Amino acid sequence: MGVVKTFPMGGVHPPENKLTADSAIQVLDPPSEVAILLGQHIGAPAEPLVQKGDTVKVGTLIGEGKAFISANVHSSVSGTVKRIDQALDAAGFRKPAVIISVEGDEWEEHIDRSSTLVTEITTPPEDIVRRIKTAGIVGMGGAAFPTNVKYMVPEGKHIDTLLINGVECEPFLTADHRLMLEHPQEILVGIEILRRALQVDRAVVGIELNKPDAIEEMTRHAEQFSNIEVYGLKVQYPQGAEKQLIKAILDREVPGGKLPLDVGCVVNNIGTALAAYHQIQKNRPLIDRVVTVTGTSLPNRGNFLVRIGTPFSHTIEAAGGMPQDVAKVIAGGPMMGKAVPDLSVTVTKGTSGILLLDKKAAQRHETVACIRCSKCVTVCPIGLEPYLLEKLARVEYWEQADEHDVLDCIECGSCSYICPSNRPLLDYIKVGKVKVHEMRRASAS
Amino acid sequence: MSQTLIVSSSPHAKGDLTVARIMWGVVIALVPVFVASALVFGARAIMAVLVTSAACVVTEYVIQRYFLKQRATVSDGSAVVTGMLLAFNVSVAVPMWQLVVGSIVAIGVAKMAFGGLGANPFNPALIGRAFMTVSFPVHMNTWPLPQQTLLSLGADRVTGATALGQIADAKALGEPLTTIAAELPSYWQLFLGTVGGSMGEISALAVLIGGAYMLYRQLISWETPVIFLGTLAVITGTFWVIDPTAYADPLFHVLAGGAMLGAWFMATDMTTSPMSRNGKIVFAVGCGFITAVIRLFGGFPEGVTYAILIMNAFVPIIDNKLRPRRFGKGAAA
Repeated sequence: MGVVKTFPMGGVHPPENKLTADSAIQVLDPPSEVAILLGQHIGAPAEPLVQKGDTVKVGTLIGEGKAFISANVHSSVSGTVKRIDQALDAAGFRKPAVIISVEGDEWEEHIDRSSTLVTEITTPPEDIVRRIKTAGIVGMGGAAFPTNVKYMVPEGKHIDTLLINGVECEPFLTADHRLMLEHPQEILVGIEILRRALQVDRAVVGIELNKPDAIEEMTRHAEQFSNIEVYGLKVQYPQGAEKQLIKAILDREVPGGKLPLDVGCVVNNIGTALAAYHQIQKNRPLIDRVVTVTGTSLPNRGNFLVRIGTPFSHTIEAAGGMPQDVAKVIAGGPMMGKAVPDLSVTVTKGTSGILLLDKKAAQRHETVACIRCSKCVTVCPIGLEPYLLEKLARVEYWEQADEHDVLDCIECGSCSYICPSNRPLLDYIKVGKVKVHEMRRASAS
Repeated sequence: MSQTLIVSSSPHAKGDLTVARIMWGVVIALVPVFVASALVFGARAIMAVLVTSAACVVTEYVIQRYFLKQRATVSDGSAVVTGMLLAFNVSVAVPMWQLVVGSIVAIGVAKMAFGGLGANPFNPALIGRAFMTVSFPVHMNTWPLPQQTLLSLGADRVTGATALGQIADAKALGEPLTTIAAELPSYWQLFLGTVGGSMGEISALAVLIGGAYMLYRQLISWETPVIFLGTLAVITGTFWVIDPTAYADPLFHVLAGGAMLGAWFMATDMTTSPMSRNGKIVFAVGCGFITAVIRLFGGFPEGVTYAILIMNAFVPIIDNKLRPRRFGKGAAA
């Protein structure tokens, strides 16, 4: 195992609650109906290529990402397109989606469904990037940024390292952990594919030390790849935030408003590497993902391989059914996940977990006066002053909020997590970010 | 499957730190100081701490409940902290009614008049003490010696000058320190606290135990006390090196008087100290510097109270000028 590294400033250590770390990935059968969102990623939604009544197979392209930042969408099931309609996304907005009624499980013929490991990479770099786009691969860690866009390095930028994020620093989530344990070789071939696509000599995998078995497994298999290293990282939230991961591994700082490629690297998730393997070696587009379905009172919580478009309700049924005490359902982890308005919300490419919280955990506590304890300043991994930004946002001093770098906030939630006065720091900071963006746009036009 | 779901913005997890946990944590940290004051000054010290704590809690409750018509928040423990610290910052000779007056000023004027918890610019206990020093100069400057009838609640005790007072007296008379060297308490006495002085400041050991506990609970950061005391030691040490017959040595300055209590429990007060790490460092240097200047050249033998209060006044400027380093700013990109 490599050196123990971490990011130097801020961070918190919430209870890890990795309740499903030992439960092997179970394949979840498709539901009777899926709602596949056309905009599952950051950027423009895909344009639908199917109409009501069309029959589709698993892997059929049903939405095309035409804009520069967009992504293709494939059918995750076989069946008939019922309608193109609006469906709820995790944030509670109605978004265009393809609703498919499931019939059988017929896959596109070109997809290799065997589990045979294919290690030899024959696809040239340019084709890899093109096919990543074709496969609709987006960042699987949660942000769902179209992966191929990261690989279109602008003129004049020099990239030297590919970082692979196996940190999974969010409490409760174990999807990446299980993938690394159960599919280390496929992931490593995927990393090798991405490394070649990026044409760099070095790829580094970062994994938090609370997954020693995954570190061991990945390190053991990485020995067959001369350009891939595995680092154990200190258990400290938000170790898996892109900027913090880059700082921990490469000791480079990505300034506010800049991208990893500005400091010579690209960061991809473990799941993204696996998706690249599936597309390049198996011709399998992104049609499913591993989702941790968990919660303290959920009887059969576990990690499930779920088809994209599956309603949350279907996954919760598979995990033993909705317990009576559940008051909040979160898409993602407890620190950065989104609380969904109802269980018809479907799994997207970025859904890493479905977390059920009981009433006690779901409720916020009464806000009291700030006692200037400075914990929020201490834990901010970006060096912001959350107490001040909250104050400025409350009185709508957007210019000052801008001057105090509100836009640099990565929304990790450490400030709100630690605040002894239960102040809604991040809530106000998020409002501040939106308002400052509006203000900037208004003054630019 | 028909439950209504709560929707709120992230994060959905909350740490267990609360204002009450912080304040009661400080109260626990003050227990060794309390024990030391009781052992050295007896039952009267225990009574003084109970009187100030109760007076502070009652003052806060009455103001919140009947003047401001708010919900009383005395259970958060912050008034208890102020009360205990006020008692620890004064002489055991101070009459109980004066302690009550000091408590009312500390909570009523220094804290509630400025907006209550979190809004006071100056340390309430130190404002209370400063008010008492000018209002009740006789009792505030009477220093009973330790090892007396421990069970006595009376204020009628054998008194003497504090260690810093002895030095100030020698300075005023123009005598070299060597003439009083035999009368000064030993480092060991100063460390354990078997000397005269304010109730809570006498025992460096007790303060350090409480300080270690606060560090362990992450209620304070090490920078403030260490840099405060370090600055005090460096400045007093410089003068001591130049002329050891006129100036006391730095270890004496760190152990004597209120430096330990002030550096660990007063300068670390969250509300009245800066927010950023760099700010805390500057604040601590300022506290140590002003303490040293008052002790070496001022009219009072001790300067910790005023040093901290003066630096409290600089906190808004410090917060404004010394911000945390933004991630990625100044880094090559």
